[in-house]
Amino acid sequence: MELAPKRFADTVALFATGRIDHATAEPFRAALVPHLAACAAGRDRVVLDLGGVEYISSVGLRVLMLASKQAKAQGGSLAVADLQPVVREIFEISRFNLVLDVFPTLREALAKLSAPALTAFDAA
Amino acid sequence: MPPEGGRVLVRFWGTRGSIPVAMGSAEVQRKLVNALVAAAGRGLDTAGKARAFVERELDFSISHTFGGNSSCVQIETGDEDYVVCDLGSGARVLGNSVLATRGPAGHRFHVFMSHLHWDHIMGFPFFMPAYLPGNHVRIYGCHATLEEAFRRQNAAPSFPVDFSRMNARIEFVRLEPERDYDIAGLRVRAKLQQHSGDSYGYRIEKHGKVVVYSTDSEHKQDDPEKMKAFVEFFRDADLVIFDAQYSLADSISVKEDWGHSSNVVGVEMCQLARARRLCLYHHEPIFDDERIATLLAETRRLEEITRGDHRVDVSAAYDGLEITL
Repeated sequence: MELAPKRFADTVALFATGRIDHATAEPFRAALVPHLAACAAGRDRVVLDLGGVEYISSVGLRVLMLASKQAKAQGGSLAVADLQPVVREIFEISRFNLVLDVFPTLREALAKLSAPALTAFDAA
Repeated sequence: MPPEGGRVLVRFWGTRGSIPVAMGSAEVQRKLVNALVAAAGRGLDTAGKARAFVERELDFSISHTFGGNSSCVQIETGDEDYVVCDLGSGARVLGNSVLATRGPAGHRFHVFMSHLHWDHIMGFPFFMPAYLPGNHVRIYGCHATLEEAFRRQNAAPSFPVDFSRMNARIEFVRLEPERDYDIAGLRVRAKLQQHSGDSYGYRIEKHGKVVVYSTDSEHKQDDPEKMKAFVEFFRDADLVIFDAQYSLADSISVKEDWGHSSNVVGVEMCQLARARRLCLYHHEPIFDDERIATLLAETRRLEEITRGDHRVDVSAAYDGLEITL
């Protein structure tokens, strides 16, 4: 499991691909660690773009929950965007759409999190 | 009716989590209004036509109720002895049914206790066979305080009739988890589960059929080895009765460490274990029938969109449900 980062001003978008399940949740968590460390008040905002993720299991969702908690504890902002239809349904059935900030697209997430990031995105 | 030879019948007497609930007037009225609207213009002028309409065309959440008794499940294998999991308020109904259909005495019950929280033992003071001489109740469990918990709830100031006035022969039998037992012709194994004060799941086998009773069990998913062990406990089960009281999001956030699991984890574990049937159990007491029906529909959808080469049939327990294996 790899996360491809791309910076838009003060916000880092992380592009995930594949399945986040029992086998890959731990590498996913480990890949998030350095980005989460910087997701704090006055530092980076983070958007997880899951457009390339075809499935996420409860273990993967747990990683997202812990990441969200850590970001909040640090005063940072973490959002999730661009869910494929199956992943979106999993979010809805698990009620993760109610506890995480979920956006239809990366652009909409950036628009919510940071004006400079949106400007950088639109200029790219 | 007892199951035919080689079959196992699982009968649910109580399916609600945490505390018994009763449907109120408003919900009864809402069901009636919905039913009458659905029946408009259908010419239901006889009881037979009305019954057929109710049974075949109305949604379950309108025509039935999931019920409100707390945990109690009976497993019938064709033997005379009764096999029961937990003695929540559903046990009152079970006891009354036994007396009504098979008389007051001569019955032997084998009860497997998940744990001793109130909602799982509260039916016993109202379990009439326990008051009648000539009956025999064997209560199995892994908790050191098994007998104490039952005696205490019958004692003053909590209850007017002391345990000593229960005239059936009542025995308490301590089991060790992770050990196979032969009890009442069943192969039984208990497994420690995460719950306040501990709880135990039971894997029960008979006639080549496997029933797993796993309620009041939190799966934190933070230890792969523990998860694997539970998948093995569920392995190839014909039926997994699974605590799905919370949503996954709640179970790992605001309700973390409250000791319950979710429909999402139930589906995943049954898929990994290649279990044939998942029955959602220990329903959240604040959920009305419509909400539980929605939960069931969502869970079936989750199973469908995440299915690999193995299908898991998903149902939601209700008081009175019978599943034949």
